[in-house]
Amino acid sequence: MTTNVNYKIFGDTSILVEWQPVITKDILSDVLAFKSKIEAFYTSGIEITTAYNSLLIVFDDFRINLTNEIENLKQIYSQKSKRKQSNSTLWKIPVCYEDEFGIDIKEIAAEKNISVDQIIALHTKTVYTVFFIGFLPGFLYLGGLPEELAMPRKAAPRLKIKKGAVAIGGNQTGVYPVESPGGWNIIGNSPLPFFDITKDVPCFAKAGDAIQFYSVTKKKYDDIKTLVNANVFQIESEDYNG
Amino acid sequence: MVKVIQTGFYTSVQDLGRFGYQQYGVPYAGVMDERAALIANLLLGNAKNNAVLEFTMTGPKLQFLCKSRICITGGDFQPKLNSIPIKNNSVIVVKKNDILSFGAKKSGFRGYIAVLGGFLTDVVMKSRSMFKNVTQHQTIQKNLFLPIKNAVTIKKQSNASLVVNNVYLEEKVITAHKGPEFHKLTIQQQKKLLNTVFTVSKNNSRMAYQLTELLPNTLEPIITSVVLPGTVQLTPSGQLIILMKDCQTTGGYPRVLQLSNTAINILAQKFTGDKLAFSLI
Repeated sequence: MTTNVNYKIFGDTSILVEWQPVITKDILSDVLAFKSKIEAFYTSGIEITTAYNSLLIVFDDFRINLTNEIENLKQIYSQKSKRKQSNSTLWKIPVCYEDEFGIDIKEIAAEKNISVDQIIALHTKTVYTVFFIGFLPGFLYLGGLPEELAMPRKAAPRLKIKKGAVAIGGNQTGVYPVESPGGWNIIGNSPLPFFDITKDVPCFAKAGDAIQFYSVTKKKYDDIKTLVNANVFQIESEDYNG
Repeated sequence: MVKVIQTGFYTSVQDLGRFGYQQYGVPYAGVMDERAALIANLLLGNAKNNAVLEFTMTGPKLQFLCKSRICITGGDFQPKLNSIPIKNNSVIVVKKNDILSFGAKKSGFRGYIAVLGGFLTDVVMKSRSMFKNVTQHQTIQKNLFLPIKNAVTIKKQSNASLVVNNVYLEEKVITAHKGPEFHKLTIQQQKKLLNTVFTVSKNNSRMAYQLTELLPNTLEPIITSVVLPGTVQLTPSGQLIILMKDCQTTGGYPRVLQLSNTAINILAQKFTGDKLAFSLI
């Protein structure tokens, strides 16, 4: 695939790389491939953040000559990748959609004129792509929500949304990793830790991975939560080549 | 140890922030006015990343439970040791049970307290910078004990001080690079952005500073992309939002300017009603 990328100086010590403004898995792959090539070249002193169609390199050195580094990056981008793409993982995420957690699910069912079970079936059959982590520590930007489930954000955001809340906002779905204010429609809750400060890598999923939800009862939810709190729950996962 | 007797309006432990965790959605955090914190650590002979206390609008009241050397920098909040005035930008020896307090704000908006060896609160993700859901506390709490090194060997008063040129506290022009979406503004909008004297609104915090004057805006939101401290966002209603150290890692508003690091230091000392203008680098 040949793609045009743009390089822009972004502040005193950063360079922004931009792809065309569309959200696709091809662009995500290209962004992540470039990221791993840059990381192989600069082994320290940089930080890379990616989003849908952008990549930011922040240099931890105020003396950096950004114009030279852009030339460098162009070279790196044009090189063939030596390493194989890092492996992606499909994570299976338990969600309890029962009334106690899915506080907006009936409203969505009424709005869409479908049953709560159909909403759960649609939400759990889809394999979502993790595009990047942002907004809150551990918040996964997921692509692939079925159109039938798209639902505008609430006019008045809630001041407190529970940790683990699974929600729909516009054409996106996501899980609140920490308690937060928010305007998305809450359809369930996951007992898994999406942001764990006790781990060297605080998030189990990374950009390029995939997520699939499965429905669990409140009883099962509580059991998983107990195992999570004891730090012994194994998240179900498999290799993914989406 | 240092005991917190009064917290002040918003006081937190900060170092230079978390580098390397943006990919997990974790903000940089870190001192808002790096210049002031660096001067304090420099005068004490500390490492530049040693953690300091950053206070906002009003200073805390602290009791030292061991010997140390301290240095106060940033805005002038009339610091006192046991009710006797002390100077900013000087090294002061403190003894067990000494009480550090502050008076009314005379200049700036944020002050910094450094101690010999830095504040030794918990390191989470390679930084002591307090941030919600990352460190145990988001700000210091009344009766909290902050660990510091007990500097038993300190004998006498040090005379080290620095004549610091603090005109930046009053500076109104802040320098910025063009942001990634600057070129999408019309020439008229660009001129207005660069020729208006803006006012800091009451919505100003470690996350962001909103400006009062609007910039009539026709730009569409962008596909969510990366942002940094110092990114100037333009909302659909024409509001300009300058992101600061506790900002999110990504955002969907057009990014019209990106402040220089010097400009972030200057802005960190501004508060509600203060004026500023942008100047392109």
